Amino acid sequence: MPIRKFAVPSSEAEIPDFLNAIVLLANFVVIPATAYGAQLALGALGVTLVYSVLRFANFAHGDLMAFGTAATILIVWLFQGWGVSLAPLPTAILALPLGMIITCLLALGTDRFVYRFYRHQRSPAIVFVMVSVGVMFIYNALTRFLIGVDDRRFEDGERFIVTVIGFREATGLDQGLALRTSQVLTVIVMVLVTTAVFWFLRSTRTGKSMRAYSDNEDLALLSGINPDRVVLVTWMLAASLATIAGVLYGLDKSFRPFTYFQILLPIFAAAIVGGIGQPFGAVAGGFIIAFSEVALTYAWRGFLTHILPPDLIPAGLVQILSVEYKFAVSFLILVIVLLVRPTGIIRGRVF
Amino acid sequence: MNMLVAENLTAGYGGVDILHSCSFAVGAGEIAVIVGPNGAGKSTAMKAILGMLPLRTGRVTLEGADITGLSPQARVAAGMGFVPQNDNVFPTLTVEENLEMGAFIRRDCYQDTMESVYALFPVLREKRRQPAGELSGGQRQQVAVGRALMTQPKVLILDEPTAGVSPIVMDELFDRIIDIARSGLSILMVEQNARQALAIADRGYVLVQGRNRFTASGETLLADPEVRRSFLGG
Repeated sequence: MPIRKFAVPSSEAEIPDFLNAIVLLANFVVIPATAYGAQLALGALGVTLVYSVLRFANFAHGDLMAFGTAATILIVWLFQGWGVSLAPLPTAILALPLGMIITCLLALGTDRFVYRFYRHQRSPAIVFVMVSVGVMFIYNALTRFLIGVDDRRFEDGERFIVTVIGFREATGLDQGLALRTSQVLTVIVMVLVTTAVFWFLRSTRTGKSMRAYSDNEDLALLSGINPDRVVLVTWMLAASLATIAGVLYGLDKSFRPFTYFQILLPIFAAAIVGGIGQPFGAVAGGFIIAFSEVALTYAWRGFLTHILPPDLIPAGLVQILSVEYKFAVSFLILVIVLLVRPTGIIRGRVF
Repeated sequence: MNMLVAENLTAGYGGVDILHSCSFAVGAGEIAVIVGPNGAGKSTAMKAILGMLPLRTGRVTLEGADITGLSPQARVAAGMGFVPQNDNVFPTLTVEENLEMGAFIRRDCYQDTMESVYALFPVLREKRRQPAGELSGGQRQQVAVGRALMTQPKVLILDEPTAGVSPIVMDELFDRIIDIARSGLSILMVEQNARQALAIADRGYVLVQGRNRFTASGETLLADPEVRRSFLGG
């Protein structure tokens, strides 16, 4: 008579199994999705700011992120050549402020020579959207000229805070858990940056004037708010957020210009799900999209093995969508939100 | 002495003149009201006075200084406060932030002015942390007037302040406008509710087809049988 391994599960055997399931979930869903969500949130915050103040959906935002990341990587290489580092943190953190400045200059230059013309013409929003598609191609080409099309890994310093082997040894569980420096850094930076942006919009004179301009342009002009200054600050915020989001994404995964064009879709989805023009909504939307994407493309069989009785363990992978289709998740959520609640979670504005 | 004088204004859109040599004036601490039938050019007159429309002829002076060449923003800085008819608040900003934005061009401390606005409209103090877009029509109108008062203007220009509010709210708003005038501010307003507006007006201007038809004190105009018959419904 064959001995069935799980025939009489003792209570002692059940608890580590449950813990294993949690660790597995944390390692493959919660941690990656949180980091990815934070990156999307920062990207979506930039999109939503441009949308609410300048009143158009900026298709060039993904490639602005790519440019900012490329500029930062070039500075990382320069620093590495000089032997300057921030170990154990990645050198990119040190290079980030310079990358942000360069990206701000690009965004302000674009505004001066491209968008300002259409603003003075008082062009409709759709013209701005089309112009931003053109700007997107220019940025895209610029980035490829600057750094090429190849995959670049620029993460240096201590890569792991918790390693799979270290975790197994420390806990004695079967499942391992890895926590990467870039993931922790992403979440910390995202919390600091969004807090700073919210504080800026809520409490400073300039931040309030940006919200006023976004609310009612004519009345803002009549109140003596300088539109050029509002536009300038908006682009600087958008470019800085784009660079931060791009660098964090590149550290976490890798940098390839084309990927940044692709994540425009989840970023737009995040901004719209959260309620377009709503900074807090953009952040919430980023996490919703990230968790949905990761959860729907994750193979749940391993997790179910730990928590279900053996007879009920499914034969298949229990993966709802294969990873290649991850962008379909953003599309799906976008379509559902636009059908069911077009204003987004936090009631956004539709101009 | 007249605080604000607009003389011989001729202006319009494109090639067509809407206003023909219209003149208006407001004395210090006075209330001047422009009334007239629909299409008489009331809104156009207001835009011309504010500099939102190029003038073909005429000039505008504020405290004797010629401001004809100034942009609307520069006129606000020079001492004209303006309350537009529609979209006159920042809906997602709180009441207090609306008032702060009104004081945007001021570099000095504006706490006293804010206190006096709250004293004039006590309900705004209660609701100061609420977004202006969530207030009732009458309260929103108070925010709009309060916002314009924050620059401490010499003249307050109101475009149909009682449009779309209930009669009770309208009476209250007119009372507040009288209070503002008593504090020494000059007020120029365009009104649809001609009878009530003329009742509080030191000067009334009846505009017909872009021309000054009757100009007299509010009391005189209300008593004038021709004005009553043609514009006030008997």
